[in-house]
Amino acid sequence: MKLPYFPGCTLYTRARGLDHSTRAVLAALGIELEELPNWTCCGTAFPLAQDNYIGMVAAARILASAAQHNGRLVTVCSFCYHVLKRVNHSIKNNAEARRKLNDYLEQGYGGETVPVHPLEILKHDVGFEALRARVRGRLKGLKVACYYGCLLVRPAAEMDFDDPENPTIMEELAAALGAEPVHFPYKTACCGSYQVLNAYDVVASRGREILAAAAAHGAQVLITSCPLCQFNLDWLQGRGEGTVLPALPVLYFTQLLGTALELPAEGLGFESHYVDPRPLLLG
Amino acid sequence: MAEEKEMVSIYIMGKQYRVPYGVTIMKAMEYAGYRFIRGCGCRGGFCGACGTVYRKPGDFRLKVGLACQTVVEDGMHLTQIPFYPANKATYNLEELTPTLATLLRHYPEMTRCLGCNSCTRICPQELQVMDYMAAAQRGDIAKAAHMSFDCLMCGLCASRCPAEIVQYNVALLARRLYGRHVAPRAEHLARRVEEIKAGKFDAEIERLMKMDRLELQKLYDARDIEP
Repeated sequence: MKLPYFPGCTLYTRARGLDHSTRAVLAALGIELEELPNWTCCGTAFPLAQDNYIGMVAAARILASAAQHNGRLVTVCSFCYHVLKRVNHSIKNNAEARRKLNDYLEQGYGGETVPVHPLEILKHDVGFEALRARVRGRLKGLKVACYYGCLLVRPAAEMDFDDPENPTIMEELAAALGAEPVHFPYKTACCGSYQVLNAYDVVASRGREILAAAAAHGAQVLITSCPLCQFNLDWLQGRGEGTVLPALPVLYFTQLLGTALELPAEGLGFESHYVDPRPLLLG
Repeated sequence: MAEEKEMVSIYIMGKQYRVPYGVTIMKAMEYAGYRFIRGCGCRGGFCGACGTVYRKPGDFRLKVGLACQTVVEDGMHLTQIPFYPANKATYNLEELTPTLATLLRHYPEMTRCLGCNSCTRICPQELQVMDYMAAAQRGDIAKAAHMSFDCLMCGLCASRCPAEIVQYNVALLARRLYGRHVAPRAEHLARRVEEIKAGKFDAEIERLMKMDRLELQKLYDARDIEP
């Protein structure tokens, strides 16, 4: 199966590991991602004002360009997924937004593209039972904290992804891979996000709380789908801000999946992590 | 067939002139009395010095073209924008690394792109300006360099950008970084230079120098032409 793919800018720079591991694990499961021939930044932040159409134009153009590839558009970064999904929701459900954006794009796009997240593909196309049958117990006993952050699940009405208060899709994945998901109360807390640029203390204190809660519940690694959550939680520990000892490797869920599928570790992007996950995962 | 008009009316910076039908904007302006000291270069559509914006009657869209290449039409309103006072970084190429950080250090405003595509719409070379800037924004210097290769540096993209990005100067930096630090070195060129220095072609040059005009012309006509 081939699906069109929108990587997003960060996956070309800091989050190359997320891009490489996503392509590698889906390829191993028979799904080939075909990168859109031309694409721009999605806009990163969904506009707070409903009528800020210029803030939606880039995402609308990406969605419209994918409509020519009939149907779904895969994107894995939580920011990109959030923006594409909400802009698409606006185009579908808000006639004013649809008209203004199409005036701008000079197209007749009505929200036909369906943005999909690889977690959804793993659950619905591949199937967790099929994954369970694929893996050979490499992650057996590994305690995994699944960290969703904000963007993947909220606002629930527009994201329509999982339970916004208690999502479980990553726990289901971890369990299917033979690991032990641990439940911890901070899994949908905000990591401080881009406040890392101007309010370091806020992000440091959020990070400490999230990491400490995960460790207190026995987690040995933490998984996420968000490049900024991954950066904040990993980088803080690299700076000695983590209060968790031993330090908690912060992985993309695709890196955990790639490890479970025994894909070559060099292709999964572990080398750029501040807390090196390799001693724990590859032992 | 419509009757051919001998003269058309155009508006240069708002003032009406009657100019001959079928001439380029540049010829029309000269016909109207303008004398180009700047804003005119090769007259062949290559140098980009004569970027011009115009509108046609009944069309809200701003159009662009090179004055030396675009033919006047009746009712056209136009002005030249031969230079745009855009931000231009100075740097020592030898000291730079071909990375996103280098682009951002010299042109931090490039991340302000809103994805409006105004730059692409205005480009007289029909380049995918927004897309090469998107490539630059994610550090794909090779793609930015290749996609912007035909840029004439007219600056019209920057004139239209709501984010005040200087696309053509960012692209120039990307091409320089690519050429100096990314593209493979032309080893065969260095070898050929050494061969020339060692005198490999001296005899052939001597032979050419002694040929008469007819012989030279025959040789020239029979030369290999690159496809």
